[in-house]
Amino acid sequence: MRIDSTEKLGQWQKECQKRIEAQKKRVLVCLGPGCLAGGSDQILEEFKNILAQKKIKDVTVESIKKTGCHGLCARGPLVVIEPEGIFYSKVKKANVAEIVEKTLEKGELVEKLLYTDPESKKKIVDYKEIPFYARQMKLSLRNVGQIDPDSISDYIARGGYAALAKVLKSMKPAKVIDEVSRSGLRGRGGGGFSTGRKWASCAKIESDIRYVICNGDEGDPGAFMDRCIMEGDPHSVLEGMIICAFAIDSPEGYIYVREEYPLAVVNLRNAIDAARQHGLLGKDIMGSGFDFDIKINRGGGAFVCGESSALMKSVAGEVGEPRAKYVRSVAKGLHDKPTVLNNVESFATIPVIIDKGADWFASIGTKKSTGTKAFSLAGKITNTGLIEVPMGITLREIIYDIGGGIPEGRKFKAVQTGGPSGGCLPEAKLDLPVDFDTLTEAGSMMGSGGMIIMDDRTCMVDVARYFLNFLVEESCGKCVPCREGLYQLHKLCVKICEGKADEDDLALMERLSKVIQTASLCGLGTSGPNPFLSTVMYFRDEYLAHIRDRKCPGGVCKELITYSINDKCTGCMACIRVCPVNAITGEKKKLHVLDQELCTKCGSCYAVCNFDAIDIV
Amino acid sequence: MVHITINGKVVKAREGEMLLAVIKREGIDIPALCHHEAIEPTGNCRLCTVEITREEWDGWKKYVTSCLYPVEDGLIVRTHTAELLEIRKTILDLQLARCPDSEYIQKLAEEYGLSKSSYEARPEADNCIMCYACTRICEVLGRNAISAVQRGHKKVIAPPFGEEPPDCIGCLACAQICPTDVIPWRDEDGVRTIWNRKFDLVTCKKCGKEIISREFADFLIEQREIPSEYFDTCDDCKRMETARKMGDIIAKAAEAAL
Repeated sequence: MRIDSTEKLGQWQKECQKRIEAQKKRVLVCLGPGCLAGGSDQILEEFKNILAQKKIKDVTVESIKKTGCHGLCARGPLVVIEPEGIFYSKVKKANVAEIVEKTLEKGELVEKLLYTDPESKKKIVDYKEIPFYARQMKLSLRNVGQIDPDSISDYIARGGYAALAKVLKSMKPAKVIDEVSRSGLRGRGGGGFSTGRKWASCAKIESDIRYVICNGDEGDPGAFMDRCIMEGDPHSVLEGMIICAFAIDSPEGYIYVREEYPLAVVNLRNAIDAARQHGLLGKDIMGSGFDFDIKINRGGGAFVCGESSALMKSVAGEVGEPRAKYVRSVAKGLHDKPTVLNNVESFATIPVIIDKGADWFASIGTKKSTGTKAFSLAGKITNTGLIEVPMGITLREIIYDIGGGIPEGRKFKAVQTGGPSGGCLPEAKLDLPVDFDTLTEAGSMMGSGGMIIMDDRTCMVDVARYFLNFLVEESCGKCVPCREGLYQLHKLCVKICEGKADEDDLALMERLSKVIQTASLCGLGTSGPNPFLSTVMYFRDEYLAHIRDRKCPGGVCKELITYSINDKCTGCMACIRVCPVNAITGEKKKLHVLDQELCTKCGSCYAVCNFDAIDIV
Repeated sequence: MVHITINGKVVKAREGEMLLAVIKREGIDIPALCHHEAIEPTGNCRLCTVEITREEWDGWKKYVTSCLYPVEDGLIVRTHTAELLEIRKTILDLQLARCPDSEYIQKLAEEYGLSKSSYEARPEADNCIMCYACTRICEVLGRNAISAVQRGHKKVIAPPFGEEPPDCIGCLACAQICPTDVIPWRDEDGVRTIWNRKFDLVTCKKCGKEIISREFADFLIEQREIPSEYFDTCDDCKRMETARKMGDIIAKAAEAAL
């Protein structure tokens, strides 16, 4: 059906909703990256196979839905049964028959697959009652995990393209920009620049053409919010882009997706085709006379191509190197024409703002950071996964209440926010409200929303070394402070990890960092020293322990630690079996001995010991 | 015309002009390794970084590369603050670690009080400072025969796939613009070698001296509409020919006067 008027969209929405309501039961199988890795595609197939053979009242093959990420990746693969919201986690293909038989056929629960609250030990049925979900507020992720990303009618049924219809029917471009401005939305890619202001300044510039670009190049280690939106709800990105195009009068848009996200490309492509077919994209959108079309660009996998000016070069087919932005991209962007570039999450939020109004959006979050923000939780945290919370929530609430705290009863040490360009915050900063300005003041940043949690077995110098190495590899190499400076900064950091540095090296690193920050050409360079600067700010004693005492308090830096066996050893021989260099000797039920000369400090013995009998000093 | 203040002195500048040009015109010496009049600025050596502010910025200042920053009326520029000297010194320090054997870099570093680098010399050190002057001049000529490949500290200037560059015309513009003189080339037995590609040289019909590569001559004949006879003789022979003609004219004039 071609939607040639905004009224027709309303009719179609009713039809789509009816069709969904007709399905008495819906089984949502998560095909997000985490669950997919756990084989959720096979679970989906199994459901379909069984239901194709079996006749069950109110359940058909159509009741089985593949969806995007449900969020709680740590407990995947996940299956949710609506309308009750029954939440099954750690589902295996072998469990499917039982779910069909018990839950779908008889309305009973499969107890063993239910979520157990770690504190109360109580089983929770409805996912909305699980603390991980209960504290969240999903705006940009509103449909992710709820709909089949390949089904435009699923999106329509949930009010999709209604914001676009509202814009086309009753709003002038200036009114759209005003609405976005008043919502207070700040760029979710990390910069935190006012989205409304960006659109307004682009619209103001005289030009024969303007472009809209969506940055889907998400490259921060441990970040996957944009991926999940592109994979799980591609139409929301398209709708946001079309609204932006209308606001700034642009006929042409691009979505730049990183090479590592092939599924995002497939789902976006399907969404674009479907939107075009139904008259929601392309010529004469919804019969309004407005034309706008979108192309997908696949990035080659360079981190720097997430930087706006490098990204635009890459879209234009040139080498993705940034330029000095003394003239802003809104004035001179793609092909030197005025361009609005926003990230995936920002665009996905736009329809909600138009739909519910700027005031409603601005009432969420804090005064200067309105709305919600999606985060990915990774590292040493119980509930690794994808969340969305109102701005202003504290790090502690995210990490402990939603994230479930640190596994194995270990102690929290630091949280890395904002990717390599961000920084590591210590325990003393856990009560900080998470918003753009507070995080920046604390020496870190919001960034795109990656959060990596670290426990007490982390060496902060090693963390700095890791991120510096990442940046050295990913620097485009155009300007000297970034190319040569980060290279030398990393070298010096390695020297500390190896116990070969002195305090002059630390002073040199601090001086060098300052110059890299001031003199680099683009954001990658100017933020490049952050992994070092934020760790040295909060964990200076660890640096000094490496330098003065030649010790690694986190027990990580190989050159500075030794493994030894203490008297808790029960003589179980587990360590002897795994030691690859035969450095451990001993007999059953007798204290084992570790030969320091032979030990390569691989950590295998530590990993297998069940009796806390291996010391790392 | 716009007015800007450089180190306390009010100076005039043309609209659209870059800061570096105005600074140089004022006789203020700041280094700029990647800058050359013949090519578009890219701002990658960062040495020409200066501090800018404005009255209304209330003490807020920022650092910009002067080769890329268009002058604006009322701009207040400082070129030699302690922070700027630290930036330039650090950049040269880093370049020195990259190119320990480059006399050019050594000399410049010495001006900033550096005799040796504070950093460990890079194992793959060569004298290329990655200023892109070579690729930019090649681009100006419309050839794009070489480019920067790889990224980060592994980045090098190279022809496509490291093979003989098919678009190279052996004009030597890259080698001649290179500030650190690292692009090797040679003319031998009527053959020019650069980027591992060999070019036949056009020789002067009068004296037999090698003039330019055949490809470069063809390029100039076609693209710049220079008559093909122009490359029959070398510059020296052309000059001799002109001198001879001049001599004849003078001699004839003298004869006529007698």
